[in-house]
Amino acid sequence: MSAFANILAGGVFHAAVLFLVAAGLQLVFGVQKIVNLACGSFYALGAYFGITFTSYAIRLGMSPWLIFPGLIVSGILLGFIGPPIERLLRTVYSRDESFQLLLTFALVLIFQDVFKFFWGANPRSLDSAYLIYGTLSAGDFSVPVYNLLVIAAAFAVAAGLGLFLQRTNYGRLLRATAENRAMAEALGVDVRRIYAAVFTLGAVLGTTAGALVVPTAAASLDMAIEFVIEAFAVVVIGGLGSMRGALAGALIVGLIRALSIVFFPELEVLAIYVIVIGVLIFRPIGLFGRALA
Amino acid sequence: MTITPAAMVASIGTAGLALLPYVVPPYYAGLMIPFFGYAIALLGFNLLFGYTGLLSFGHAMFLGLGAYGAAVMAGTIGIKQFEIVLLAVVIASALIALPIALLCARYVGIFFGMLTLAFGMLFYSFLFKFYHLTGGDSGMRVPRMNILGLAFERYNKIEFLAGPFYYYCLALLVIAGFLMWRIVHSPFGLHLQALRDNARKAEYLGVHVRRFRVAAFVISAAFGAIGGAILGFRVGLADPELVYWTHSGQLVFMAVLGGFSNFFGPIIGALTYTLLQDQLQSLTEYWRSMLGIILALIVIGFPEGVAGLAVDLRRRLARRAA
Repeated sequence: MSAFANILAGGVFHAAVLFLVAAGLQLVFGVQKIVNLACGSFYALGAYFGITFTSYAIRLGMSPWLIFPGLIVSGILLGFIGPPIERLLRTVYSRDESFQLLLTFALVLIFQDVFKFFWGANPRSLDSAYLIYGTLSAGDFSVPVYNLLVIAAAFAVAAGLGLFLQRTNYGRLLRATAENRAMAEALGVDVRRIYAAVFTLGAVLGTTAGALVVPTAAASLDMAIEFVIEAFAVVVIGGLGSMRGALAGALIVGLIRALSIVFFPELEVLAIYVIVIGVLIFRPIGLFGRALA
Repeated sequence: MTITPAAMVASIGTAGLALLPYVVPPYYAGLMIPFFGYAIALLGFNLLFGYTGLLSFGHAMFLGLGAYGAAVMAGTIGIKQFEIVLLAVVIASALIALPIALLCARYVGIFFGMLTLAFGMLFYSFLFKFYHLTGGDSGMRVPRMNILGLAFERYNKIEFLAGPFYYYCLALLVIAGFLMWRIVHSPFGLHLQALRDNARKAEYLGVHVRRFRVAAFVISAAFGAIGGAILGFRVGLADPELVYWTHSGQLVFMAVLGGFSNFFGPIIGALTYTLLQDQLQSLTEYWRSMLGIILALIVIGFPEGVAGLAVDLRRRLARRAA
């Protein structure tokens, strides 16, 4: 039983990270109608940067308690790459969606070499830095405190995003723009600023997720292209553009992965795509999506 | 009979390619093999993308089917006739594509892209995880096969690729190009373009939109399998990377690079990409970002691709001459 609980804890941790990236993908798609393939690259950027930050922090003798907040801050600071990239994407807003997709694919290719240039081709990792905060155990069940912190942070982000979108004025503007861009613009919403803000927020979610994951996992050149596919599965299952869907989808994908690695290792990834295809065929709007006009 | 510009481009291109092995070192002749493979696959891909307006992000799956099909046919079963292998992978690919097409053809735009992506990745994880069937990440060997019943035993592999196999693939490309030309200029092809531009209007006019989309998908899958078999033959290996989603992205890249609104665009795109990648790889280890920058420039500045630039140039020259 406790082994099962350990698996579940692992799955929820993975889901928490997935949710952050998928939420960024959802925001950008919901408001800008762009499928951002580069969201996995933001995640990888956060991860590589997080490794550099943590190893410096440890070398400089920084208190371990500062590492978790430090990683969050570095993730947020990396969001500064958002606006220039959004500026680049602005050139294709009026074009066919295949061009938008391809431009973000170009970014994926460019980012991969950026990582190779600064961090080398070999995977980089921190030696079990996730144990800095110790582990919480009850009987056979044990989970690193660090993982719990990340899960808590993801839930905090989910709640914060929900409040922001539903209750604040700016959130209402975002939703109005997502709903009907032309009408929002006619009513005086500065859509350009909204787009820049949304894209940057999406990037921040990705980089923060990446920064938070490195104490537990290695950063490698393939992580960007691997993770973006998983994030896609999440948003398709949950429903394109829906925040609640991102949360549900992340939990589904995270738990399925965790369970199948233990019980049916051969079906690990396969199971996810089967669900994705099933959802697309039987409920193309996803679990929480709304019918497209 | 008047000679159309398209016929002229095709014959000049064919003649140029036929003379190429006499002018350039064997290395470049060998480099043309993947070009032939990609060009044939992209002819099919563009029937779907350029002519039907459906952007597949999982098309590499069918190249993978071609390569793995060749590995199974020639390696496991031991059929050494490349023609039979090609026929088999074309049929297999079309049969596998049919149910996928029936499911995918209900959607357009981003949903079509995602569904094809999911199918591609499903196939990828099958290849990757079912080690005892597919060799997992090390892939399957594609042995050398006979072409036209001839083994060409006195040639080593490089000579064989740069010699007989080169002309064999050129002939395949010419046949595939001719077939595709007939397809897109037939009533069937015109239907596809009509439903691309306005599906609802086409439906009103009696076009079975879904049936046509399915047909285009299946044809493009068959072309993809031929291209994949050629790629597998050249490397001597079918590996799961062929099916990974970035390879599908690379196919889209080639189509846009060449210009998907032009019949010859995909062929030009395959040629440009192959040469570009080869040159960049020998120049720098950061060739990926160079390709990325080129892709970004094309998407932003030259959405018509190389073929569009050529057409533009010709028009400008014609205007100057007039």
